[in-house]
Amino acid sequence: MTDLTINTSLARQILTGFIKSEITRVGFTRAVIGLSGGIDSALSCALAAEALGPENVLAIRMPYKASSADSLEHAQLLIDQLGVQSETIEITDMVDPLINLDPEMSRTRKGNIMARARMIVLYDRSEDFKGLVIGTSNKTEILLGYSTLWGDMAAALNPIGDLYKTQVRQLSRDMNIPAPIVDKPPSADLWANQTDEDELGFTYEEVDKLLYLLIDQRYLPEECVEAGFDKSFVDKVVARIRRNQFKRMMPIIAKISNRTIGYDFLYLRDWGT
Amino acid sequence: MQLKNVTRLETVNHGLLDTLLRVHLRNPRFPRPVFPTFSLYFLVVRFPPMKLNLALAQIATHLGDVESNLETHLDFIKQAKAQNADLLVFPELSLTGYVLQDIVPTVAHHPTDDDSVFKHLLKASKDLDLVVGFVDEDSRHRFYIASAYLSGGRVLHIHHKVYLPTYGLFDEGRFFAWGDSIQAFDTKFGRVGLLICEDFWHASPPYLLWLDGADILLFSSASPGRGLNDHEKLESARWVERVNKSYASLFTTFVAHSNRVGYEDGLNFWGGSTIFDPRGELVTQAPYQTEALVASSLDLGLLRRTRARLPLLRDERTGLAQRELSRIISSREGGWKGHND
Repeated sequence: MTDLTINTSLARQILTGFIKSEITRVGFTRAVIGLSGGIDSALSCALAAEALGPENVLAIRMPYKASSADSLEHAQLLIDQLGVQSETIEITDMVDPLINLDPEMSRTRKGNIMARARMIVLYDRSEDFKGLVIGTSNKTEILLGYSTLWGDMAAALNPIGDLYKTQVRQLSRDMNIPAPIVDKPPSADLWANQTDEDELGFTYEEVDKLLYLLIDQRYLPEECVEAGFDKSFVDKVVARIRRNQFKRMMPIIAKISNRTIGYDFLYLRDWGT
Repeated sequence: MQLKNVTRLETVNHGLLDTLLRVHLRNPRFPRPVFPTFSLYFLVVRFPPMKLNLALAQIATHLGDVESNLETHLDFIKQAKAQNADLLVFPELSLTGYVLQDIVPTVAHHPTDDDSVFKHLLKASKDLDLVVGFVDEDSRHRFYIASAYLSGGRVLHIHHKVYLPTYGLFDEGRFFAWGDSIQAFDTKFGRVGLLICEDFWHASPPYLLWLDGADILLFSSASPGRGLNDHEKLESARWVERVNKSYASLFTTFVAHSNRVGYEDGLNFWGGSTIFDPRGELVTQAPYQTEALVASSLDLGLLRRTRARLPLLRDERTGLAQRELSRIISSREGGWKGHND
């Protein structure tokens, strides 16, 4: 019931088809992607390279002075393996002037500034490279809201947003993403020794099984408890999903006319293509 | 030579000859024709033609761009013609794309000679029969998800989708009117029924078409792929294939399903179009996720051979079904609690 195993070749076919279709139908042939050295961006980048050809993908490394050296190296491993185009743009000089304005600034605020600075770089390079920005958020972090609004969530299209973290790992292994990237503990790398699982307070393995029951299988929270999950864990995750709904939406618009964007002005992005 | 001539004659006026023959065979006062006239008549006219080269156009569409979709249609028609197809079936909403939402009123057409899109398709239908998917607007401006059967430059039948899924990822009931008729119709290949996607997720429309004489069920879909797990196929594909196979088996009919491919925003359409024969066996299947034209020469004699062995149609007790259906629908206690439409 909680087996999250996927048919990776089918996933690969659908997701590369998605990237190709959704980029070319609006007149583009290329993509830009921020490569953190982690598994999510590595997978998105590999899918984009397979879909568009590596020469049409620009992978950008955007370290901050406190970023781990491993992150840069791991990103380079992938760049070399895939043969995609690459650039390294350090964001320290962009973000420090803002961070230095407030000596009391929290780690969260600093992390958000870095994530948004990287978004600015990606969209700037996107214009110059004539490529669309590919997203790298997985289903687990989108549901938990473990991301920065208008930061790492900003993208034109996201091939991996319906894959849980454990499924990202499975597909990454299938696509031969270098082992150091697949095997290391997931981290936002916003400060030294930060790991996702420490910060969240549970492992991806555990939470993915719970999310799969709650979301995909439409279990009620009490049914998840009956299925063996700890009640406080279930409550915490349910509350997190609800509390972060705002991060999954465009800004809500106050309706006063007869026809309002988002309510009764309804078109897909692919309208006319 | 003679056979050939009769075939051609039949093609021109099968309906009339068939009616005459039915009267003739059922009425004992008519003397039966003497062999070989009768056998020729029987073989070629009563069960004509024994082969149907059926093709499925598994296309990707451009959302709301009817002109470019028409080009795709004409291209596939040309290819099918080159493969000597007798009948080519396009997917649901093949002229418009699927998630139309507020685009609906701007892409509606009506299949007439003076329509800018249908004039081309009607002309093409002089070479081979066509089933195309479109948005039909009636004279009072209701919009339907529709399929039209075109043959010899004429419209033989229009089906309006009777089940509009409005749940989960689907929102059809918000934008479209519900069709209210399920009817089989005669073609030069025998009696045919058209259904569109959700129509055949319900058991009653294929059942009604079966009773109405359809021996060839032509289904069209724009089915979004979903339910990826460790199985070799998507859950949505497995479901649709299972029900198609079941209808072919239960009704001892041919069941063809033309499903589209391509993407609309994040939705993928999985293709995998199929034809099942009256024994419930898979005749052919198009690949998943990619555009394809598949054609298969169907041996229509399988209908007779299968039903001679397995007379499910002969034994179907429609009166019993009708009595029980009336009782269930009108019963106040227990019984049916759903729509009475």
